[in-house]
Amino acid sequence: MITDQLPILILAVPLLTSFAITIFARKSPILAFSLLLAAIGTSFACSVGVLRQLLETGATIHYHVGNWQPPYGIELVIDHLNAMVLVIVSGAALLTAVYSRHTVPAEVPDRFPGEKIPERATNYYTLYALLITGLLGIVATGDAFNLYVLLEISALSSYALLSLGRGRAYFATFKYLIMGTIGACFYLLGVGYLYIKTGSLNMADLKGLLASSILLDSQTVKIAFILIIVGIWIKMAFFPLHGWLPNAYTFASDTTSCLVAPLMTKVSVYMMIRLMFSVFSVHYIFEVLGFQDMVVWLAAAAILFGSVSALGQTNMKRMLTYIIVAEVGYMVGGTWLGNSNGLTGATYHILSDAMMTLCLFMAVGAVIYKTGDSSRESMRGIFRKMPVTAVVFLIGAFAMIGIPPTCGFFSKWYLVSGALEAGHWGFAAALLISSLINAIIFFRIIEIGYFPDFDAPAAASGDHGHGAAVMAEVPLTMLLPMVLTALSLIAIGVYSNEIITGLVSRTIPAGLL
Amino acid sequence: MDTVPFLQSTPLLAVLASLAAVPLIALSGKKPNLREFWTFLAGFIKLALILSMGSYILSGNTHTYELCKILPGLSLQFTVDGFGMLFALVASSLWLVTSVYSIGYMRGLDEHAQTRYFCFFALALSATIGVAFSGNLLTMYLFYEMLSLSTYPLVTHHQDMEARGAGRKYLTYLLSTSIGLALPAMLATYLITGTLDFNVQGIFPPDTAKTTLVVLLIMFLYGFSKAGLMPFHSWLPGAMVAPTPVSALLHAVAVVKVGVFSIGRVLTGIFGIHLLASANLNVIVCVIAGFTVIISSLIALSQDNLKRRLAFSTVGQLAYIILGIGLASRLGVIGGMTHIAMHAFGKITLFFCAGAIFVATGKKYVSEMKGIGRRMPYTMAAFFIGSLSVIGLPPCGGLISKLQMVYGAMQADMFFVLVIYLVSSLLNAAYFFPIVYNAFFCPDEEAMFEKRVDEAPVFCMLPPVITAVISVVLFFFPGIFMDFASLMVVGV
Repeated sequence: MITDQLPILILAVPLLTSFAITIFARKSPILAFSLLLAAIGTSFACSVGVLRQLLETGATIHYHVGNWQPPYGIELVIDHLNAMVLVIVSGAALLTAVYSRHTVPAEVPDRFPGEKIPERATNYYTLYALLITGLLGIVATGDAFNLYVLLEISALSSYALLSLGRGRAYFATFKYLIMGTIGACFYLLGVGYLYIKTGSLNMADLKGLLASSILLDSQTVKIAFILIIVGIWIKMAFFPLHGWLPNAYTFASDTTSCLVAPLMTKVSVYMMIRLMFSVFSVHYIFEVLGFQDMVVWLAAAAILFGSVSALGQTNMKRMLTYIIVAEVGYMVGGTWLGNSNGLTGATYHILSDAMMTLCLFMAVGAVIYKTGDSSRESMRGIFRKMPVTAVVFLIGAFAMIGIPPTCGFFSKWYLVSGALEAGHWGFAAALLISSLINAIIFFRIIEIGYFPDFDAPAAASGDHGHGAAVMAEVPLTMLLPMVLTALSLIAIGVYSNEIITGLVSRTIPAGLL
Repeated sequence: MDTVPFLQSTPLLAVLASLAAVPLIALSGKKPNLREFWTFLAGFIKLALILSMGSYILSGNTHTYELCKILPGLSLQFTVDGFGMLFALVASSLWLVTSVYSIGYMRGLDEHAQTRYFCFFALALSATIGVAFSGNLLTMYLFYEMLSLSTYPLVTHHQDMEARGAGRKYLTYLLSTSIGLALPAMLATYLITGTLDFNVQGIFPPDTAKTTLVVLLIMFLYGFSKAGLMPFHSWLPGAMVAPTPVSALLHAVAVVKVGVFSIGRVLTGIFGIHLLASANLNVIVCVIAGFTVIISSLIALSQDNLKRRLAFSTVGQLAYIILGIGLASRLGVIGGMTHIAMHAFGKITLFFCAGAIFVATGKKYVSEMKGIGRRMPYTMAAFFIGSLSVIGLPPCGGLISKLQMVYGAMQADMFFVLVIYLVSSLLNAAYFFPIVYNAFFCPDEEAMFEKRVDEAPVFCMLPPVITAVISVVLFFFPGIFMDFASLMVVGV
């Protein structure tokens, strides 16, 4: 039955397509684009298929790659948590792929004056497919070492993609490469320690072995956990390990930002949740280890630091990158609160934050595409010049601020509930303060879009800024994914109860109140 | 589901009526008459839908319509009861009157971006009716935020420096308090009680700590800062840079009354007046609101800009309403709720008149209006009646509700509240009567209008006359609104 093969198809199709693009589409960027779109579309369809299968049967799907039995063979394990994340990753990648039709040729030109280099765009799409393969693999796999391999696939392709940016992109990416490699090494080292102790790499198997009372008190296991978690934190840019992120994402090309910014950090958060609760256990993390409180405070600090730094930015992409740093704090804090509301909020926020970030990066990308300028001033007159983009940006902004019925409100609702329930007032306050700071950040931009420039001499004539503004929207391939993403923010919010009872609440590990 | 003599979804349709008009208004921007036709059509449909539920509600029923579940145990839910009906009737009927006025005002001054103006007006009305018919706190919060955001383009309509400043202040106050205070208070309430549905008996379990209740009460009172309780009031005078119809409907009726309505809902539906009275929480409400009443009236005395004076008067009158409901006595609650309607008709008249004067003469300051009554007799007569209603003198509706609140203060044994009512009524008279006196009775040599000034265009002049007449009618038939308010204290 083909439906039994869906889990592997999610990964295999983009992986094989990346080869196909290199081999068959070297001279034709259009063909490369079409292949990528088909591959990611297939991946998305398979992810949705797996999700539906899961919702119908309710049983976790185990897929043994090459029919090698675990714990020795590689296993794909798909439960409610990663089925959801698979759909997010492939869905966001699909939307970005459509969006990239006009942006990639502009940012990665396949011709310079006098010479034609079609390989450049083709290479871009190859890396795109590889990155998505890596990310989907991280999410689907049930094997701790296999996860490392896929982590490196996604990381290496993202280094290459990010360096195809502008300005100081090379330097920023190099910094990311160093930090990312350290993070991956930490993770590998941690997995190595676990292997020394248990002799296994399969997550489910590891969990069973680690539950034995001898290993609970083992220093080696403790160090392994710390190495793994710190490694993941570096990858997700959790404060104070976030230093690489703002520059790397700001100087990247806009398509790359749309692709990498919403997905990389969210997949890392998924990794953290997966390893915390599917390899280690609620009991081990919240009772045996003693640093739960410290992590939540660190998350509160991340939120405040990210928000305040975002407040100080005039470059819109840079501002968004700092908001990502804050949002990572939301999810880490929610996970470490150690109650069901907090983890629900964090898991739901993976979904809503991915879409929110995507929405804002796309809208900002569209403005940059038209104006060539990423400063806040490029938003001047946006409501008249690019009304659709402006509305998309507005919805994204409302979601970030947390205004109902957008999804941002509901993730905040669960996170703050969790914080109040755990009695962690600092984290609750940080969440609310960050909402308020987001309100300032976004309304400052909206204000620029709405009012004329009072400092410019033309405004004195009292034309209310309606002078030469002519409507000039971006092409349909950019508008369509933007509008869909914006609508999804509202849909995810309105259907939050269905999403949470149907998916998120099933992922809450037993033992968490 | 019980059988009702109207569609189950009527409250939702009433909300959607003006929302559906938004795209139609936007699309007919090139044809102003067609565009305004949509506004009126939506207004009449909305009013008719609301009226269709009137008799059913009056006979003591409530109607609930659940749209969808959004959180465990919490849905997007509409409930129509007496309080909601009262407010919805006021807002939707005044929207129609204001739309007439908007046409006169906006065309009279040849304002820019009129299409945007009418779009957001319709959107704001959707949110207002949404608040009125909300069945729980979460639904109310949703529409409350929608109203804050949809009125921003109206407040900043002129798009000049002054508007930008006022807009900043507007959103800073409204959003920071709703996100910073109302939202956490709502969450904490949900965690304590497991529900947010309004219930006249209150929803807090009897063993809730009193400190918790006090903190939550204060967070709610200041969290809904649309009600303008001091010190969170200064967005309201600032927002007076908006075109006058906006000030009239939104900042005398819809926006500010949504704030008061929300607080009223929390007091009567979340805390319950029984709990307020038995735990002496009503004293806190009365002190906070009483302070605002007196101070804002004093500030109003010193304002020369007519609209600013009206704004401070509004701040005071809003606190009146909260004071009335906060007394937590039967008559106080009835009086407070009825005052929402009475004050709305009185105050909107005053704003209409201020705008009519501005359209006809370009004058904004009280000190420039000496002798204007002789030139604009209808407008100033309406102004006089409006001010009578706000002060609380016969033959105007304001007297009835004020009287109820005074009785309510006695019923609750709170005599300092009685004093507040009396002193502030005197202050109200002190800041309104000089305007009227100077308009009609100043000596000839002081009169500032040598030349003949025509009355404002009929679209601007008629609405204040209509609302003034209604103010008088309400004196004789206060039951139109009071009967709805009385429903809210049955069984408490």
